[in-house]
Parts: sequence; structure tokens; C-alpha cells
Amino acid sequence: MLSRVADSCYWLSRYIERAETSARILDVNMQLLLDLEDSSPEAIQRHWQPVLATLEDQELFTKTHDTITADAVMEFVTFDKKNPSSIVSCIGNARENARTVREQISSEMWEQLNRTYLYLRDGGGRHDFQDSPIDFYRRLVDILHGFQGTTDATMTHGEGWDFLQLGKYLERADSTTRVLDIKYHILLPKGEQVGGHVDVTQWMAVLRSCSAMEAYFKINVGHVSGWQVAEFLILHDEFPRSIRFCVDRVDGALHRISGCDRAHFSNEAERLSGMLKSNLGYTTIESVFQQGLHQFLDKTQARLNEISGAATKAYCYWMDESAQTQVQA
Amino acid sequence: MKGLFKDYEVGDFFDEMFSAPGQVRPHYDLLYQRFQEMEVDEFERKCALAEKSYLNQGITFTVYSGDEGTERIFPFDLIPRIIPGKEWDHVERGLVQRLTALNMFLHDVYHDQRIVKEGIVPSEIVNSAKHFRPEFMGFDVPRNIYIHVCGTDLIRDRQGNYTVLEDNGRCPSGVSYVLENRQAMKRVFPKLFTKYAVRPVDRYAQDLLAALRYCAPGGNPDPTVVVLTPGIYNSAYFEHSFLARSMGIEIVTGNDLVVQNSRVYMKTTKGLKQVDVIYRRIDDDFLDPTVFRKDSVLGVPGLVEAYSKGYVALANSIGTGVADDKVTYYYVPKMIKFYLGEDPILPNVDTYLTSDDTDRKYVLDNLEKLVVKAANESGGYGMLIGPHATKEQVEKFRAAIIADPRGYVAQPVINLSRSPSYCDGAVEGRHIDLRPYIISGEKTSIIPGGLTRVALRKGSLVVNSSQGGGSKDTWVLDGEEED
Repeated sequence: MLSRVADSCYWLSRYIERAETSARILDVNMQLLLDLEDSSPEAIQRHWQPVLATLEDQELFTKTHDTITADAVMEFVTFDKKNPSSIVSCIGNARENARTVREQISSEMWEQLNRTYLYLRDGGGRHDFQDSPIDFYRRLVDILHGFQGTTDATMTHGEGWDFLQLGKYLERADSTTRVLDIKYHILLPKGEQVGGHVDVTQWMAVLRSCSAMEAYFKINVGHVSGWQVAEFLILHDEFPRSIRFCVDRVDGALHRISGCDRAHFSNEAERLSGMLKSNLGYTTIESVFQQGLHQFLDKTQARLNEISGAATKAYCYWMDESAQTQVQA
Repeated sequence: MKGLFKDYEVGDFFDEMFSAPGQVRPHYDLLYQRFQEMEVDEFERKCALAEKSYLNQGITFTVYSGDEGTERIFPFDLIPRIIPGKEWDHVERGLVQRLTALNMFLHDVYHDQRIVKEGIVPSEIVNSAKHFRPEFMGFDVPRNIYIHVCGTDLIRDRQGNYTVLEDNGRCPSGVSYVLENRQAMKRVFPKLFTKYAVRPVDRYAQDLLAALRYCAPGGNPDPTVVVLTPGIYNSAYFEHSFLARSMGIEIVTGNDLVVQNSRVYMKTTKGLKQVDVIYRRIDDDFLDPTVFRKDSVLGVPGLVEAYSKGYVALANSIGTGVADDKVTYYYVPKMIKFYLGEDPILPNVDTYLTSDDTDRKYVLDNLEKLVVKAANESGGYGMLIGPHATKEQVEKFRAAIIADPRGYVAQPVINLSRSPSYCDGAVEGRHIDLRPYIISGEKTSIIPGGLTRVALRKGSLVVNSSQGGGSKDTWVLDGEEED
């Protein structure tokens, strides 16, 4: 497979996943807003600021906006074409990448992605958003899930598909670290206790933004604590958005691409993914909290970036730098 | 006339569908019956359906204006153009004859130049052609094929005779619309296809791939063939990607290729892989910055050297532009006679060479009545349509011709045939042409019909998409009587 094509498959997939993460986070934050008792501008600001922090959009946002309001943040993260990580930009970038690899992906995938793009550009997306932002974000997440299903069902599960998986799971692992980290940025209002009413609501929001609520309650019946939520989202073996699960898929995709067996490595990307996989396999939630959840998440993000860089080096090392304009989150 | 056609005016033109007001040509009869049952709103719905399907599939070209490109669909008219089988067979014979002569001409021009020595084509015409590549004198192209894909534009005159307007022997585009238009028509009017025996066009990609494989260096039976595109921002990118997908081969940009040891390789995740045949959709000028335009970022450094040494084949070959120069065009009927000893089956449009003193005087005295074309422009640019032009435009061309007599040709205005077309709520006659796609490989093959382009602006004679043109599906019928 052409290196450029591998690179485009990889980024196409990352952008789709990134758009989905933004839609989820906005959806959940909208819902949390409904529970917020204090509706002063300061409270609203406190409520939306973590969204910008999580998506690393804060700097650009403050450059173009004076105050944080719900409308401004949603507009910025959803429709703003000047924001390179807005949902519209991500879907646009995914589509540009898809256009360059149309002979690799199925027509069904292309048409679905193209329809999504047209929907967001002028084909009714704005209208649906104005009607009900929550429904709009859910619909978008649905559409993007549909794309994953179409991909699975219509594309040959060969090298191109493996690069799509690699991009998807790297981005998803990264996004789970960010969603968890959101809690680090949210300050509990004065007088609220860890484990108190507001704290629990916030942790439940974290679960919801990973579609993890139901799966979580099957294991931790009727009880929500930061400790257990973090354990579930970092270390669960079978939940498809947990970091351990995603890293396992990353490692698998890398080994399928090279043909190397999973106990060994044939390039730096596989070595790094194998190490991260084993670290997660032999980590307990106690040790995560000992080093500090935020520090752990930060470090994991850095390691995911290293894997991404090493994979690019292994498979696309002769691509011109000018072509590599796509950026990490 | 009823339904959609109730206010239709045939006018003083050759009309494809009506031989006289109310007189439907026999091969259009079934279509007429179907369409006269239809009211405007049903037709509008069908149009919207077709348009949406093009948009969702991303069958668009990009128009750049302001800070972002907008994607438009190439306007598609739902009333097909129908050609009786016998009529097409005549056209097909004429095209095969013409392309055979053009390929022989190119071989001759790059070798002994017999046609020049025997006084048929003046040497200054060849030497001054913008796309003549003297650096390839004496070079043998694989299988002696120069033009692998040719798009020859045909028009019909007042009597309905098919006449050649120009040949496009470099990178003719538009064939993807032939195939997509057919798909769209089948979705929108499935029943019509059961009534008409329309010759299928879907073998195009297979024919093209066979021709490309045929010219692999050293007769390699299992060559690696790629499509070389300028990239996704090129207005024809959809077509490049469509053809690559239909042939099941890679589409590459210049950056994906590298030349080492005079061999061309593509950069893959598993290392370098040698490429044998390149169907390039990049003009000669941009192919290789070390040979042609230095500022080209689309090409591949060293590609021309690899080609000259015979390690890679290019389709079309380098230097074919000397054959589709609009001055060379004038000599094609003479070439056919010279190389094949035959009379041309399809005539040229009468053409005046402004490099000839007598012709130039006539042209300059009659600019208001003539069409003037720049010898090396395409896409409807660099053209003067005398009767529709302003005084200033005429004077601009007068000065340009005097300054560069070799740079122009002139032709009488031909009122291209008209075909009923749907425009703003009514069916009206619009001028059309026809671009068949001729492939030369082991044999010469042409998919039945080609791209019918239609000048959707009222009264306009310019069918190019950049100038308000659209397209129609073209049906060649099996075993139909000539009318």
C-alpha cells in the first residue's frame, strides 16, 4: 500500500473519532448544565471552561472570544471552520483524506462520510442544532457509529483497514484520557465534598460521555466513585472505550500490518505499543492514584503520541514534510 | 405537441429529436411518448433526485472563488441524446481511421518526417507547434502507440452530418461523466431502458486497462499500472480517482513516486515498488521539473529520463500535442490520404490558416462572421465567436492575429445541432456536441457514444463546463433503422 494512502487512512479515522469525542463531550456538558443550580455567568464559565481545556482549544478560543458562554463554546467546538479541531473541521479533514483514498475505501463509506459533511455544511445540521443541541449531538454520534459499521461491513479487512483501526483506537485511547482528565479541571463548588452529590453527578457525566454508564453499573452495582470510574475507564479489559482495550487494539493493528507476532516487535511503534500494553496489563488503580491521576493521564497521552510518531516513521518515513500537515490533538 | 414538449420550438437548426415541428424522428418516438405523459413537476423531481445522487457521491468539480473552493456538480440534462446504430457505426469507422492516421503522423514527425519532406505539411507548422518536443526525435514509444486515449469533438451541421471540430490527444477528460450519467439515467428512468436496446458503455475501464497493460516496457505480462493525478484540488480529480477505482489500480501523485537508477518506484508501506506504466493525467509541461517546467511541484524528477530509457511507459506519450494543435488539425484530412490512401470518413470543419496570406486577408476582413481559435488553447478559452462578440473583442483578436499569425485559425460559424434540453421549467432546444473516447491498444476501441455536452445558456455555442455547459447521457441503439 502507498505510504500516503496508509497515512490518509490513519488520519481519516482519527478525525472521525475526534469529531465523535467532541460531540459526546458537548452532549454531556449540555445535560450537566440542566442540573446546574447556579446560573450566574461565573458558574456558566466554570462549567464550560473544562470542555475547552479537555479539547485543548482554550488558547484559540480566548484569542477570538472575550467571555465563555454556552453558545459561544458550542458554536466554536461544533461549527467554527477557523477552529481546526471543531467538529466541522474534523469531518472536513476526514473527508479530504477519504477523497485521496477513494480507491481503498468502499463507496458506501465515502458516500456516508460525504453525506455527513454535506449535512453539517448546509444540509440541515444547523437547523437540527437550533432545534435541539442534545438531539443534534446524539444524531451525529449515531451517524459516526454508522460509519464504523459500514467500514466493518463493506471494506476488506486488509492493510488499509488496519491503518483505520490504528488511527481509531489511538485517537479513542487519547480521548478517554481527556474525558477522565476533565474531572481534574472541574473544581468542586465551595462546600461540596469529594463523594458528595455534585462530585457523583460529575463522575456520572464522565461515564456518560464514554457511553459507559450501563456497562459500569453492571460491575459496580449502584455505586459511583472517582476511583471506580477511573478503574473502569482505564483498566477494563472488554469495554471498547477503556484505555487498556484501545491500546490492545492499537498493538494488534500494528502487528497485523507488519506480520510480526504479538510477543515480539519489528519496529519502534510495536515496541512502544507492546510496552504500554504490558504496563496497563500490570497496573492497578491504586498505583495510578499514587502517582496522581492527572499525571498518569498526561503521561499516557505522551506515550500514545510517541506510538503515533513511531508508526508514521515506520511506514511513511519518505513522505515529504509538506505532506505531513496533519497534527496530533 | 404535448406535456413537456408543448411549447417546443425546433427553429432553423438541425434538431436531434424533431425533423420538423411536431415530427418526431423514429428513434426518439418511445422517449417522446414517455416524456409527453410527464408534467413539469414530476420532471423536476427526477432532476432533483439525479442531482442529489451526484452530490452525495461527490461527483463534483471545484470552483475557486474567494477564500474557499465550492464544489459544484457538472449540470446534467435528463433528456438523453439518441444515436441510431447505423449512424454510430459510420462515426466509429471515421474515428478509428482518424486516430490511426494521427498515430502514424506522430511516429513520422518524431522520425523521418516523410510528410514534411513530401510537402504535405510545411516544416514550420511542425517546428512551431507549441507542444512539439524535438528532444524526442528518433525515440521509439512502446508498441508505437502515441495517443492511447483520444477525445475527438464532433458536431453536426445544418444537414446533420457529423464533422470533426477538434482532436484532444493529450489528456482528454470527461469519460467518467459518460459512465456516471448512464448510472444516473438507469436509476431515474429504469423503464425506458427496457424499451430501448441501448448499447452498454461499462467496458471502458477494462478496455483502458488492457491498452495500458499492452504498452508495458519489455512486454511484461504482469505490469504495475498507476494513474498519475495532480491531486485532489485538480478539477478532474473525481475522474482520476474514478478511473483508478474502476480499473482496480493505484492512483498516485508526483510525491508518491521516486526515480532511482532510471526506474520509477512508488513509495509503499513495504518499501519501493517498481511502476511499469503510468496513465498520466498531467500535461507534458508538469511531468518532470528537471526537464520541462522547473517550477512544477506535480511531477517526478527523473521521470523523463526513465521514460527515454524505456523503463516506464507513459500514456499518452510525451509530445502528442503536436497532433492536436489547431493548425495541425487543418492537415488531418491530408494525413489520412497520405498515410492510409483513403478519403476521410468524417470531414473537418472548413478552416482558414491565418499564417497563410490569402486566408489571413479573408479572415481579417470577415472577423464578425467567423469563429477564431487560439491554436493551443482548450476548454473554450482563447476563442472569438464573431457574430456574438463586441467591437473591442473583435479588435483585440485582429491585433493578436496580426502579431502571431501562426497562433490562430478561423472557421465559419457552425450552428451546432440542437437537442431538447430542460432549462428553467421548460424544454428548449440547446446546442450540443459529442466527444467520443477512442482507446488505442492492441486494437482501437470506442465505447458507443461518448460525452454529449450541451450549451445550457440560451443561444450559446460553447459547450465547455467552464463556460456554462452541461452534459447528457448518449444512447447508441442496437439494430435501429437510420431515419
